[in-house]
Amino acid sequence: MSTIGYPNWAVDMADVGAIYPFQGWEIPMVVAGVVFWLAWHRIQFVREGQHLEEARKQVIDHERIQKSVERY
Amino acid sequence: MDGNLNALTTIFTEFYYWVTVVFMFLIHVGFCMYEVGASRRRNHMHTLMKNVMVIPLVTVTFFFFGWWIYWAFPMFPFFGGLDLEAGAANLPWADTMGPNAGDRITGVFWAAFLLFSWTAASIVSGSVIERIRSSALWVHAVLIGSVWWIIDAAWGWHYGGWMVQYLGYHDAYASGVIHAIAGGYALGVITVLGPRIGKFAADGTPRDIPPHNPWMLTIGIFLIYTGFWGFYAACNVPLISAEAIGGQITGVTWTATNIYLAPTTLSGITFNFLMSLSGGLMMAYVVSRGDAFWTFSGGLAGVITASAGNDLYHPIQAMLIAAVGVFLAYKLHYWVEKKFKLDDAVGAVAVHGYAGFIGLVIAGFVLWGAPSSPFEGYATINPLGQFVGALIMFFGLGFLPAFIVAKMQAAAGVLRIPEEVELQGLDYAEHHAYEDAKAEIIEADKAYLANKITPAE
Repeated sequence: MSTIGYPNWAVDMADVGAIYPFQGWEIPMVVAGVVFWLAWHRIQFVREGQHLEEARKQVIDHERIQKSVERY
Repeated sequence: MDGNLNALTTIFTEFYYWVTVVFMFLIHVGFCMYEVGASRRRNHMHTLMKNVMVIPLVTVTFFFFGWWIYWAFPMFPFFGGLDLEAGAANLPWADTMGPNAGDRITGVFWAAFLLFSWTAASIVSGSVIERIRSSALWVHAVLIGSVWWIIDAAWGWHYGGWMVQYLGYHDAYASGVIHAIAGGYALGVITVLGPRIGKFAADGTPRDIPPHNPWMLTIGIFLIYTGFWGFYAACNVPLISAEAIGGQITGVTWTATNIYLAPTTLSGITFNFLMSLSGGLMMAYVVSRGDAFWTFSGGLAGVITASAGNDLYHPIQAMLIAAVGVFLAYKLHYWVEKKFKLDDAVGAVAVHGYAGFIGLVIAGFVLWGAPSSPFEGYATINPLGQFVGALIMFFGLGFLPAFIVAKMQAAAGVLRIPEEVELQGLDYAEHHAYEDAKAEIIEADKAYLANKITPAE
């Protein structure tokens, strides 16, 4: 058994096509990949929201903000 | 070269490797920039010199004996003796080791391997910045660059290597052959070397020592990505006939192959390089909670994790495998740092060592039963072979020799710089003439200005 469909390379390369593992599972793999991608956006979105909210809630130090603005 | 087709193929292959070597030079440029960006201002020249001198030292030693080891050691010492016949054409006095109109491959192929040697040494260099003696690092550079890594290449990255034949070891783009060994080697050195002053608080809590220049660091890592892409191409044989391979492949169709002369395509590895880079970047952003430097390094760690099987993975597999490797490598880094109080200044042990080790193990499962080689009788890829291979790379050829040599250096008092010099900064200590010259010329300019320019009334 071989995950790529070839147990050895005793083949004519003219007849060889795909050589990646788990051929036939492309659609579930795409689904897994898309879930990974969308989950990333979700995690990033939530974390950024938390970060900005925490930053907003911090006691405002006028002098420090003034320095940040002037730093450019 | 008899016949136009043979001439074309030979010259194309010569040119192909030459181009990959030029791209791979960027890895070293990137390492220099990254290390300087990560070090503090008082250590810049030392950091640069430490990494730049890796180039000549590893190059000449690789010419003298490193290249011969690759050809002579595939079955040595466990499964036979030295292959003196194959080694003969690669000895420094062989007539193929120089301009030779009858041999257009040896030099460019030698250089492709040599650039890997620099990389192995540079990976170690990053971990030990700001406190190792240059002399000690340069001995380690020669040992990993021209001895240990090329032994591992002969065993696990040569189409006749014993690990490939008997373990079914598969490591197409060097998760273990470069990265696990170099990460393991770096771990061995820093275990003996100790952390930078100030890295750990009195209660053992690790402190972050921020990089002084984020821009240099970012450009450095981008150059490493670029060179790594060239490295991928350098791991392939671009065009070869079934007859020239001499294995089980039948028919007359020519193919590109990986280092083991098994079929792959540049198209496939391009998919997988970029998808694993992406998976690594995305996971590193998440797991580090948006830390910029870990995110950049995660891209590299992602490619390293997927590299063992990136000749055969589906691109989505490459992306997900990269993500898993980055998650684990990041967690391991902080666990080891806290538990063992080890200071890995640029995270090299994690990015190269842990990610490489994990990548080898994952490949054993995902590619279970796939042929590693076109030659008859070789073991197929399997989880046990990959795990044993990872142990050999990380601990056997990486950690262990580094630990022993570093212990010897420490016992002789030649491993670490004095505390006073570490606090003062290596640039003044080792490059005082440069600092003194700067101070003198600034004073001279000031004196000149004072005499020449009269302040406005």
